[in-house]
Amino acid sequence: MSTETKAVDIDRNKGDFSYDVAHTYDAGIGLTENTIHYISDVKEDPDWVREFRLKGLKTFLEKPMPTHWASKDLEAINFDKIRYYLSGGVQPKRSWEDVPEDVKRTFERLGIPEQERKFLAGVEAQFDSEAVYSNIKKAVGEQGVIFVGSTEGLKNHPEIFRKWFGKVIPIGDNKFSALNSAVFSGGSFIYVPPGVKVKHPLQAYFRINAENFGQFERTLIICDEGSELTYMEGCTAPKFNTATLHSAVVELVALKGAKIQYITVQNWSANVFNLVTKRGLAHEDAEVKWIDCNIGSRLTMKYPGVIMKGRKARGEVLSIALANDGQHQDTGAKMVHAADETTSNIISKSISIGTGRATYRGLVQVPKHLKNCKNNTECDALLINATSRTDTYPAITVRGTGNSVQHEASVSQVSAEQIFYMQQRGLTEAQAMSLSVNGFVNDLVRQFPMEYSVELKRLIELEMEGSVG
Amino acid sequence: MKELSIDNLQVNIAGQRIVRGLSLKVPRGEVHAIMGPNGSGKSTLAKVLAGHPDYEVTGGKVLMDGENLLELEPDERARRGLFLAFQYPSEIPGVTIANFLRAAVQARMPEGEELEATDYYARLYEKMELLGMDRSFTSRSVNEGFSGGEKKRNEILQMAMLEPKYAILDETDSGLDIDALKTVAHGVNSLRGPNLGILLITHYQRLLNYIVPDYVHVMVAGRIVRSGRRELALELEERGYDWARQEEREMAAS
Repeated sequence: MSTETKAVDIDRNKGDFSYDVAHTYDAGIGLTENTIHYISDVKEDPDWVREFRLKGLKTFLEKPMPTHWASKDLEAINFDKIRYYLSGGVQPKRSWEDVPEDVKRTFERLGIPEQERKFLAGVEAQFDSEAVYSNIKKAVGEQGVIFVGSTEGLKNHPEIFRKWFGKVIPIGDNKFSALNSAVFSGGSFIYVPPGVKVKHPLQAYFRINAENFGQFERTLIICDEGSELTYMEGCTAPKFNTATLHSAVVELVALKGAKIQYITVQNWSANVFNLVTKRGLAHEDAEVKWIDCNIGSRLTMKYPGVIMKGRKARGEVLSIALANDGQHQDTGAKMVHAADETTSNIISKSISIGTGRATYRGLVQVPKHLKNCKNNTECDALLINATSRTDTYPAITVRGTGNSVQHEASVSQVSAEQIFYMQQRGLTEAQAMSLSVNGFVNDLVRQFPMEYSVELKRLIELEMEGSVG
Repeated sequence: MKELSIDNLQVNIAGQRIVRGLSLKVPRGEVHAIMGPNGSGKSTLAKVLAGHPDYEVTGGKVLMDGENLLELEPDERARRGLFLAFQYPSEIPGVTIANFLRAAVQARMPEGEELEATDYYARLYEKMELLGMDRSFTSRSVNEGFSGGEKKRNEILQMAMLEPKYAILDETDSGLDIDALKTVAHGVNSLRGPNLGILLITHYQRLLNYIVPDYVHVMVAGRIVRSGRRELALELEERGYDWARQEEREMAAS
């Protein structure tokens, strides 16, 4: 009589469970031109998208693995063993009632419908390759805000979609942006009309359920002149024995005076290769801010960037990376100053636990002809154990005389005296560690929306529980 | 047996004998002062009682209300009612006093019980007033950028909030000017009572003018060489530590 519980596989992590779900559409295992045609057929892609995909595949196959500078662990990805497209259909539901039961219970368990009721202006939930649910609050929709999946976006809003798609991050930007360009599916498409300030965040939740699977969502956000948006994404996957690949591309466009805040809190299980390209284009007086929290995964490579194209544009990356035993968080930021009086700010904090490794890579470019540009970079690393590792690779190229740059880096360790002090007040060693770590990231977390800072604090506590003893 | 009882305690650090057969009883309700010159092992004693991992106990017993203290982890000792006011309290960057103390108070509550925030803050503000601390203090990171006086006041604030059964105050007077000393002493005195035993560790007699002990012990070279009433401290001040060292040499010789 134990069959009911057997179907569910639970560990201590909230996201570590999976239900058996039968997929209507399955592109099979491995990647060839046929895979591309299968995906394009299911999604009824227009010809230009099919061609875009084929070009993506060609570029992906031509480009070498970036192992001359990045981790050799990338070689462990076997692209012939991965499933590139799995879905139950391409049409997301507008009501949770209509989402199939077996998929709906996953999101209920992750608490998504509840969060939506509480504090979100809209939600998109992606299950493997496609959005299964997508809804926006009526009042926000009436202001002309579009929030749909990328499949729906390119079908129903081609005039905006095509204008910006692949423009911020070209196909050949890197091997994984090329892969995404070939097999992309899901992700969000958002357009905010001029002057509209969306008060509550829009949220997307990306869930990998299937084993040996690759998730390749593609997000495109356009904020028209003077508009404002906060977008949040959460990601989880169950703990499988085999590698899972997540390779997204996110493009943001902030037109004159617009503000975009993009928040990621990922909690991948330790078998996920997370190789993501994220970049924003900030026009005159516009602001793009990335808040990026990377917890879990086997290897994460992610360097959110901002190209400040217009005068007085601003770019910001606030990131937290937590590398637990056996994990490698290779993260950072790219700031490209391309106009006068542009300012950028990078604050990166990393925590390495056990044999965990955190790498910071930063790129800041200010060409010679520009005036009054400013960059501030701070990266702080916290090492928990003697076996923990951190590396910093800042590449700052600032030319010209009227520009200023400031760079600070620190590496600190949780000291035995500090832990003893806290233990003397009655906290266990694990509680003391987790409080220290929370203190280390606190000034950054304070800038996050409340709901996310609470979630992050809880995730850090969970990670620290297993780290002592 | 409501007492902290130390019996023939011997402690090594890095192979060197620092505490050499020290015995002492601190019943609840009493204040005992330990005075001694630098290097006599006073601070080592404080840390050993609290369970610091760097020190090796090579002999002797320590019982707190009859329970073997030396078998317990530092946090277990704390939760059972032992408090150490540190001579050099650690900084905890990014963790506010309010959050830190809240976690410490919460750690003493039975599992599943949640601390009531409004009650907690009411009590915290009351204790802060007692110590002449501004409320804005609660949002500062623990000990980060604190003056010497602020650090010591913060230690006594924690003591007041955690309501220990036994408190060890390690050189709580060091680095304080006379006004700060008076405030800290006032705070400690207000906590005195039948349920609290205090072990006051100090180099100078000055503190004992403000926190008047019931008993005074003189510690030299890792053991107590003389015990007496309050007057012993005055005598010690008058005659100096050389006199105490002489006593120790006589003890060692006998």
